[in-house]
Amino acid sequence: MLLLNCPCCGVTAEETEFHGGGEAHVKRAGPASEDAAFETYLFHRENPKGVHFERWRHVTGCGKWFLAARDTATLEVFGTYSAQTLAPPEVLLARIRAKRPGFTWRDVQ
Amino acid sequence: MSSRLAKGGRKIDRNTKVTFTFNGRQMRGFAGDTLASALLANDQMLVGRSFKYHRPRGIVASGAEEPNALVGLGEGARFEPNQRATTTELFDGLVATSQNHWPSLEFDVGAINSKLSRFFPAGFYYKTFMGPRAFWKHVYEPIIRMSAGLGKAPTEKDADTYEHLYAFADVLVIGGGVAGLTAAAEAGRAGARVLLMEQTAHWGGRAPVDGGQVNGAPVADHIDALVAELAAMENVTMRLRCMGAGVYDHGYVLGYERLTDHAPQSGVPRHRLWRIRAAQVVTATGAIERPLSFAGNDIPGVMLASAVRDYIVDLGVSPGDRVAIVTNNDDAYRTAFAVKDAGLEVAVILDARPAGGGDLAIRARELGIRVEVNRAIAHVSGTKRVTGIAICAQAGSGSVIEEIACDAVAMSGGWSPVVHLWSHCGGKLIWDEAGAMFRPDAERAPTSHDGKPFVICAGAANGAFSLSDVLVDARAAGGSAVSATGYSAGEEVATTVEDVAEIPLAPVWIMPAGATGKLRSKSWLDYQNDVKVSDIQLAAQEGFESVEHAKRYTTLGMATDQGKLSNINGLAVLSNALNEAIPQVGTTTFRPPYTPISLGSIAGAARDAAFQPLRRTPMHSWHEANGVKWEPVGHWRRPFCYTRDGETAHEAVTREVNGTRNRVGLLDASTLGKLVVKGPDAGKFLDLLYTNMMSTLKPGRCRYGLMCDENGFLMDDGVVARIDENTFLCHTTTGGADRIQAHMEEWLQTEWWDLKVHVVNATEQYAQIGVVGPQARQLLEVLGTASIDAETLPFMAWADRVVAGIPVRLYRISFSGELSYELAVPAGQGLALWQSLIEAGRAFDAVTYGTEALHVMRAEKGFIMIGDETDGTVIPQDLNLDWAISKKKTDFLGKRGQTRSFLADPNRWKLVGLETTDSSVIEDGAYVLAEGQNDKDQRNMQGRITSTYYSPTLGRGIAMGLLKGGMSRLGDVVQVTRMSGGPVSAKIVDPVFYDKAGDKQNV
Amino acid sequence: MSDLTGPAPVSALHGASYDGYVRVAEEPMRAMITLRGDISGTLGKAAKALTSLDVPGQREVTVMTEKAIAWMSPDELLVMLPYADLPDALGTLEQKLSDPMASAVDVSHARAIFSITGPDALVREVVAKLAPVDMAPAQFRPGMFRRTRLAQVPAALWLPAPGRVELICFRSVAEYVFTILCDAAKPGSEAGLFA
Repeated sequence: MLLLNCPCCGVTAEETEFHGGGEAHVKRAGPASEDAAFETYLFHRENPKGVHFERWRHVTGCGKWFLAARDTATLEVFGTYSAQTLAPPEVLLARIRAKRPGFTWRDVQ
Repeated sequence: MSSRLAKGGRKIDRNTKVTFTFNGRQMRGFAGDTLASALLANDQMLVGRSFKYHRPRGIVASGAEEPNALVGLGEGARFEPNQRATTTELFDGLVATSQNHWPSLEFDVGAINSKLSRFFPAGFYYKTFMGPRAFWKHVYEPIIRMSAGLGKAPTEKDADTYEHLYAFADVLVIGGGVAGLTAAAEAGRAGARVLLMEQTAHWGGRAPVDGGQVNGAPVADHIDALVAELAAMENVTMRLRCMGAGVYDHGYVLGYERLTDHAPQSGVPRHRLWRIRAAQVVTATGAIERPLSFAGNDIPGVMLASAVRDYIVDLGVSPGDRVAIVTNNDDAYRTAFAVKDAGLEVAVILDARPAGGGDLAIRARELGIRVEVNRAIAHVSGTKRVTGIAICAQAGSGSVIEEIACDAVAMSGGWSPVVHLWSHCGGKLIWDEAGAMFRPDAERAPTSHDGKPFVICAGAANGAFSLSDVLVDARAAGGSAVSATGYSAGEEVATTVEDVAEIPLAPVWIMPAGATGKLRSKSWLDYQNDVKVSDIQLAAQEGFESVEHAKRYTTLGMATDQGKLSNINGLAVLSNALNEAIPQVGTTTFRPPYTPISLGSIAGAARDAAFQPLRRTPMHSWHEANGVKWEPVGHWRRPFCYTRDGETAHEAVTREVNGTRNRVGLLDASTLGKLVVKGPDAGKFLDLLYTNMMSTLKPGRCRYGLMCDENGFLMDDGVVARIDENTFLCHTTTGGADRIQAHMEEWLQTEWWDLKVHVVNATEQYAQIGVVGPQARQLLEVLGTASIDAETLPFMAWADRVVAGIPVRLYRISFSGELSYELAVPAGQGLALWQSLIEAGRAFDAVTYGTEALHVMRAEKGFIMIGDETDGTVIPQDLNLDWAISKKKTDFLGKRGQTRSFLADPNRWKLVGLETTDSSVIEDGAYVLAEGQNDKDQRNMQGRITSTYYSPTLGRGIAMGLLKGGMSRLGDVVQVTRMSGGPVSAKIVDPVFYDKAGDKQNV
Repeated sequence: MSDLTGPAPVSALHGASYDGYVRVAEEPMRAMITLRGDISGTLGKAAKALTSLDVPGQREVTVMTEKAIAWMSPDELLVMLPYADLPDALGTLEQKLSDPMASAVDVSHARAIFSITGPDALVREVVAKLAPVDMAPAQFRPGMFRRTRLAQVPAALWLPAPGRVELICFRSVAEYVFTILCDAAKPGSEAGLFA
């Protein structure tokens, strides 16, 4: 059962205070989008064995969404960060690169 | 025979006698006995029958690893099957019964299976019971069900209570033997927050039995000193009778504390489940001795060598008058000394090693004990009790050299570190060739949220067996835990240790090495599931070569003991059969719990009223007192209907509908969601969420809106009220309140975070009461409500008023087609307002109505309901709700989804009304049939029923459904499925069955 | 809708209480107002004006008997006052919160309030049976405010004083919360977790 640190309220709590929200940084394809882009938006998700960026909500806590970088195989949590970002912060990426040299995730590396 | 010794027994109190019964026979023991030791003291070695062959089974071990002595404990509401006698502390009045035999333990008809055992090898059920197919239901299945399982399930509700406890520690130490105590002391002295737990009722583990000296005194003294030191530390919490059940992610560990099993009482929780979060976990879980695999090693009286001396030294019980010892290692010699010290006879020590043993062997000979090297057991004599052994050479096929009489056999195949908790969360093992054991690979420890190791093994669990090795290892483990948690170790406390050096064991996986097939078919690996050496060899022969396959094919290690005595022996036999090294074969997966834990402890206090959080409206008590029939809506309880004077539910619903449509009805609508959406961008935000244009809604007005998901599917509906320039109140369905608030927060926080708007869930702030029917306005006016004429408060408007002296917000909205008001009142005044309405309503012969009448009335008016007309694949256009979809908006959730060809297809089934030609009520879940069959010989369908009711207003059945062609099929007669009696005919009609012109609303 | 008129509002359980090895009691209703917006700006000033208390820091609560300001999230404060002060408070907020991005919503009726009183170690332990929160005296101190779950429902708790826990939950689950608190406080089930 994971331990997560919510960057919005600062609480480190067990997984039961949170609710997972799938992949982070999914780009919304709106009404003008082509079929392929819309299909990707709805259905295509990364499924890495390793570094993954995902959304969490602190449901029985401050109620805020945040993002997390987590290794899906070892469950190491590299860091959590604000949901109001379009890409993982550089500081976090540097930390991940140090631990997982050569990792890639979509177009992030 | 086994018996009570006149003296000795560290753990028993000979001054406190205890009476108990076993299979109805009264027996005596002492306080401090386990049920197993007390049974042995009463010469009850036979304790059960094995699962498959019903072979007589005796006590084998002294602790949690016991595979055979499973009994049913207690009676009635406290009966529990499959309890291990070795971990059951004796108490006065204990009632135990043995399992898996009929008619009795001593004479069991099931033993015929053993005679026919060559027809029941491993995996026999994959090859038998194939036919005839008809036999399955009436012959095979009943027989298998009757013979399956070990104990009998309890039939009464559990009379005990259970609870959970969340605990946090820097260092959690699991195991209270000398290793655990040492590691805990290291951590405690450094100032860390320590939690130390031990599964038995005593600190100290094996050390006091196995001997050794620390600082010149017996190790038991050293243990006492450690316990005293730890107990005095404020930063250390200690628990006995508390087992580490499992190690999970990020330092989460479950502890299973047995509070009253040893002294049953009511009013105290029986078990407490500790839900622990620790930064570091030290597993000082010891090691378990392995049996040796020789023919007849399952005959009652054959025991683990360490268990024999445990019973003698700890519990003052002699397992047998004349004990034969068979071993591949030095440690088992300790049992010979214990036997002799107790005044009993050692028949012989058979050492399978060609050169025999070390210092302990020398001492044995000095004591005059007969020791034979390079010798093994060919077979054991006796059926319900050992009567003797046949000796052979360990090399060779088992030709008998000599037979000697004995009534107990103490066997030792070496020791396996208890690596379960280390392995639960991903810790890896290495095969130690010299020690013939799997032990933790410190280089590949389980890692936590920070990627760093969080489990450390100590003592025998880490492969350290001598007392001095254990203490060194445990101190190091404690020290690692200390530095990993950021503390600094205290000063090193010097200790001198005296113990006896041992020479290495020799692996003996089959005894004798070249045993014949006949001998191998009686050499047991898994006592509980009746798996023998020949079964594993058969699995390999049949191609089940992976250890996971061999396990499942033979069921080795799949019993309630999870293979504690059988796994290593089994995989060694497999590796031998495959001609592969043991590490290549590997182990199967260790899974929590370490030993079985009660279901009650997992549930904790979540039962009966605390099973789930029922949600009650402010009027709940009134409903309860007035004939309510409840309907669960998620965790809410809503009235389904109210029955009076012996009415059926159907009659009640009819009465409620008629009363509301003819006079006035009152509805508790408190559960519907009320979300306050406030901010300069509130209108813009709601325009994105609803299909309708919400930003144009004027203050004081209401608008019915639809919400779709990004796939385009309709997911919720509700009336939105504009409160002021920047404030909207969104109603949602009952099931939607929390969900839609979460949906709104998700979009605001993760996508449109530039929008200036807040959402506050006010669902519980207000009770909401529907006052519905042609006399609704009059009823409200009688209660003093001002200015609610049609002009001042038109349909789809809201206003603040005072009703019965209470300030309320009136929404003039309708789900029934009648003149209808919903009153939002602060929850704390909800019951008072309801009661005022009831009181005043008497003059109108008002009714209270529930969800069923609500549903019937909306269906009569053709209003859709989320969850009936929608199922997650339905779009608004399917329901003729095109009018609710704004053509002006460039974007809203679901807009893009609905342009997909499948959703824009004109052939999609669309909403219609149906009326059966015979007025009957169509069944729930019915389908509309089409001609012909599909390629699977199934009848073609052209529609399905989404809602169906008896309409009191129309005096007939009405239904709504989705039909190919939708309303273009008006007037057609279709066939609708029925469970029996063939399909029923129904005419396609307008889904607005009643008051099509809406006159009842126009008042 | 903010006048104090009509019949006096009732709490969910009418002040039910239980004396186990600690005392569990439903507290009378309090005025509770959810403030959303910029805590460091107008919102904080308004909260201070209503209560005369300082604005709390992250995950803190400033308390003086029935008055409190609790930090709920980066953009949310919960103001608590005696229930009789509610109409004036809402009136004051209507004036003071001119920023359209600030909102005040009355949630006084949406909540139930409980107190757990008794020896400090036992009061902490009762919570520790139900919430995944480190309740050790060194870890959870007066002045801290923790939103979490109590068994299966969301709740928030704080320590107004040693030997007293106050917690809030939704009104609809008040009976469930009372039941689980009473179960946890049953004499004979003392765990001795905090000496």
